[in-house]
Amino acid sequence: MEIPYIVDEREDTGLINSKLGIWIFLASEVMLFGGLFSAYVFLRMAAPPGDFAHWGAELNVPLATLNTLVLITSSVTMVMSWASLKLKDFEKYKIYMALTLLCAAIFLVVKYFEYTAKFHHDIFPSSSTFMAIYFTLTGLHGLHIIGGMIVITYLWMPFGNKIWHTNPEHFTNRVEVIGLYWHFVDLVWIFLFPVLYLI
Amino acid sequence: MMVMRWQLAYPETVIPFLGYLFGEAGIMLPEQYNSLGAMHGTIMIFLGVVPLAVGAFGNYVVPLQIGAPDMAFPKLNAASYWSYFVGGVIMVASFFMPEGAARSGWTSYPPLSIFESGQTMWLIGMVFLITSSLLGSMNFITTIIQLRAPGLTWMRLPIFVWAQFVSSFLLVLAFPPLEAAAILQLMDRIASTSFFMPSGLVYAGAPVDVSGYGSPLLWQHLFWFLAHPEVYVLILPAMGIVGEILANNTRKPIWGYKSIVFALVILGFLSFIVWAHHMFLTGMGQVMSSFFQTTTMIISIPSVIILTAYFMSLWGGSIRFNTPMLFALAFLPMFGIGGLTGLPLGLAAADIYLHDTYYVIGHFHYVVAPGTLFALFAGIYYWFPKITGRKMNEALGKLHFWPSLIFMNGVFMPMFIQGLAGVSRRLYDGGEMYAHASDVLQWNEFMSISAFCLGAAQIPFIINFFMSIFVGEKADRNPWKSTTVEWAAPSPPIGHGNFDTKIIVHREAYEYGVPDAKNDFTPQTEET
Repeated sequence: MEIPYIVDEREDTGLINSKLGIWIFLASEVMLFGGLFSAYVFLRMAAPPGDFAHWGAELNVPLATLNTLVLITSSVTMVMSWASLKLKDFEKYKIYMALTLLCAAIFLVVKYFEYTAKFHHDIFPSSSTFMAIYFTLTGLHGLHIIGGMIVITYLWMPFGNKIWHTNPEHFTNRVEVIGLYWHFVDLVWIFLFPVLYLI
Repeated sequence: MMVMRWQLAYPETVIPFLGYLFGEAGIMLPEQYNSLGAMHGTIMIFLGVVPLAVGAFGNYVVPLQIGAPDMAFPKLNAASYWSYFVGGVIMVASFFMPEGAARSGWTSYPPLSIFESGQTMWLIGMVFLITSSLLGSMNFITTIIQLRAPGLTWMRLPIFVWAQFVSSFLLVLAFPPLEAAAILQLMDRIASTSFFMPSGLVYAGAPVDVSGYGSPLLWQHLFWFLAHPEVYVLILPAMGIVGEILANNTRKPIWGYKSIVFALVILGFLSFIVWAHHMFLTGMGQVMSSFFQTTTMIISIPSVIILTAYFMSLWGGSIRFNTPMLFALAFLPMFGIGGLTGLPLGLAAADIYLHDTYYVIGHFHYVVAPGTLFALFAGIYYWFPKITGRKMNEALGKLHFWPSLIFMNGVFMPMFIQGLAGVSRRLYDGGEMYAHASDVLQWNEFMSISAFCLGAAQIPFIINFFMSIFVGEKADRNPWKSTTVEWAAPSPPIGHGNFDTKIIVHREAYEYGVPDAKNDFTPQTEET
């Protein structure tokens, strides 16, 4: 017996299974990063005055601004790839998905240069509480980016998207779900950027 | 666990049979006792009760009770299981690592847990176990919302499904902060950061080389933000199982179905705002203490509502005293003792005296051992015919029940006496070195012998379980004459899809003893 509501919405809830599932997953992610952000607040209050600002000045704001723009662009291309599928334009989907992947890769490369610059100046997570939380939060965010890239690559490769040819709607739903996750990861960065770099 | 009880009753003596595993000449070292203590808590909660109550019963019974062909995400389910498996292997393997298993208690308070060996494996294992719970509960919530059979509206759901629904939300929302905390502690251990390390710390006579300004309290907040809802994850499925069995064996509708459901939901919400009652002694201030004391008193109300409704359900029922019912009935007073002894711990003033004594151990063991564990046994006896197509043996079941009940109390009741006398909970010699404990020390031997007998009392269960799979009395679809949907499936249910007929639900969950009905029970699937 087939599991119902994979492609068709259930009438009384108006949802397909995977969309509900990803929203619950995102709720748990909110709690994960929420826990870490509250740890940030807690530690900032415990630190001597000016300590967080002093260490925060070590960060590279122009590079982070560039990264913010790159991630926002990737969110836009992600939506465009899903919209292309809705318009039954598979070739455009592949282009937009590749652009998303490219943006994610640029983000990680920039992040790599940021990290190594810190290490060259002998700044490590153990240097101060601020640096500890900077590396932990951005590192965990980076892991989320990598996780998203793996799924995007899978959906871009021929063995991942062959379901498009038999059940296009099912495939479109998959892209929508990874899209929701991707927007969330962007949103986390939108919070991280001001909290770590600007204040 | 039994080795720990031996150690408490007869400290500094050679441990029989298993002595070769411990220190020199088979005598347990203090560090080894600490390891066993920490791992006992971790294994029982994260590898025992949660996987059994939520993972096993939830996965098997929930889809059947809502008339679904399967869980919403079968592959996610498998991922959840294998993640649990890896986490379990890491936890158990840590005993055999050169560093040994974690020894900072299941609560892993820093700074101790940052210095003590074995903690890294514990943290990595926890990350896997948390991921497993997370994936599993996403699946539960989606399944219950999306895959209910036609006609199965929310107020027609069996209590057990409601209980699983609420505990899944607790797992989804409460576990991630612990995952965050585990990541931070891992960073403290591996990257020598100082999230939880205060300035000016001296360890083993030397100042600790960290940047400082961290806060050990932060860990406690993050930890208990999970660990208190976790307590409700342990008890809610048990309450659900007991509700099913009570309705079935009193042959009347459960009393106050709606009150129970609302109490479960309110319990879920409130469990997020009581966590700091574990931290009254940390010096977090009177305002905080008063707030959490108040919420703690409020949260006892829904628990009492549920328990009262269950007791009222017995009123005027024609009760069948079969094995599942005996365990379910024993759950009520046992959980009652566990719950009521918790009240003094929730009051900040009384907790100053009782904190970290054996009283606390007695309190929560009454909740999870004769409470949750008895409910799980009840569940196994109750759903065994559905799973295997055969009933378990009643005589052996009773031989399992009565000694278990007696020895369970023999183990945990004296803990209240010791705790009130002020015996601390983490002493490897059971308090022998303290003068104030000397009046109550004789109980140690009594408790230990009870524990060994309790272990022996499980032998009939093990025999019964494996024997009944092959030679138990054959059961039809509905051996207990029950109303809920799972009994409309063949026993055992068919491999893919569970049911052989189309399930449409026409009525509420517990229609027992309805006047003018043709039987004393009317299944939910029967047309009006």
